[in-house]
Amino acid sequence: MALNIINPGLSTSIQDLGRPGYFHLGIPIGGAMDRFSMRVANMLVGNSEDAAGLEAVFMGPEIEFTSDTAIAVTGADIPVMIDGVEAPSWTALAVSKGQKLSFGFLKTGARIYIAVAGGITTPEALGSRSTYPIGALGGIEGRNIAAGDALPTGSAGAVTIGASVPSTMHRMPATPAILRMVKGLYWHRLTEASGQQFLADEWKVAPEADRMGYRFRGGKTLEFVDREQPFGAGSDPSNIVDGCYSYGSIQVPGGTEPIVLHRDAVSGGGYFTLGAIISADMDYIGQLQPHTPVKFEAVSMDEALSARQERHKLLDAIRSELS
Amino acid sequence: MSDIQSPLPGTFYFTPSPGEPAFKSAGESVSEGDVIGLIEVMKTFIEVKATAAGTFDSYVIDNEQPVQAGQVIAKLK
Repeated sequence: MALNIINPGLSTSIQDLGRPGYFHLGIPIGGAMDRFSMRVANMLVGNSEDAAGLEAVFMGPEIEFTSDTAIAVTGADIPVMIDGVEAPSWTALAVSKGQKLSFGFLKTGARIYIAVAGGITTPEALGSRSTYPIGALGGIEGRNIAAGDALPTGSAGAVTIGASVPSTMHRMPATPAILRMVKGLYWHRLTEASGQQFLADEWKVAPEADRMGYRFRGGKTLEFVDREQPFGAGSDPSNIVDGCYSYGSIQVPGGTEPIVLHRDAVSGGGYFTLGAIISADMDYIGQLQPHTPVKFEAVSMDEALSARQERHKLLDAIRSELS
Repeated sequence: MSDIQSPLPGTFYFTPSPGEPAFKSAGESVSEGDVIGLIEVMKTFIEVKATAAGTFDSYVIDNEQPVQAGQVIAKLK
């Protein structure tokens, strides 16, 4: 069984839950930008949640199936078509040999997840099939999918065709999207007024936002507390002596446009970071279209951990719903 | 009359590069597959192509404006 790629769409990539453990060597964690949706797509087709599927962004690919199988599409709201007939998303769908999957125009959200029974079984690189094109790791020979590719799939487990996850159990950002953050080591570099302004301003997703980082613009330029530049730091007030970045760090080069580092981000550098987006809200960022309004909200570590627990509980509830 | 829709969200451009004339002007004939504009997203420019033949009428979105997927960007006569 294979997935024949007729039209790859835009930057459609093979992703699983990522390759944690190498960030200290500069290899990003990778994996689905909206891991919640990737997990649920896999659950629907009877895969382990860390099986590899496809992540498509802003527009769908066109795919032909070489044998009868089951698929599920989750994530962004976009019409799903099987041989031109609309089919439900967040649902286990039976597809026959020779049938084609395609998509209409994206409505809300940004990233679509396509799971196939048995998962995509391209070779693993450093323990994951996730595609990291800049490092030529994972995916198909280290790249995104292309027209003419035949993606191999594994043996399917038990699938309940028609099983679906109700919309009350989907998890998509509000408008404006509220991104919760925990203030970090360098927050003190901002004046008190500037810190308050950053949290009060409405920002908009910049069109260049991608898997490495989500850039935002439209808020006021940050104001820094005066200091003597430390030895080894660059000359800009937003520079630091090089340090580590975490997944979700918010860096603001030049104090103008915040960038949230996402799954394919660099692991360190010389810009200060305001703090980090909480893990429970990172999936939301993967679903933000360009020009979407966003606000940052500071929360405590306890609130961040309870948000993570809530997300785990929702995944548990979906597992029960589908079992 | 037929509409050309943006295939994806981003920033719309109706010229190939700054200062150049628009891809199409009113009254010009359009063949299926002709480039009508560009959408910038994720540091990439994606060509928007005509899905039907006809005569170009007008752009309905200004240059360098945000667009949504499925939004009409130009009209054919």
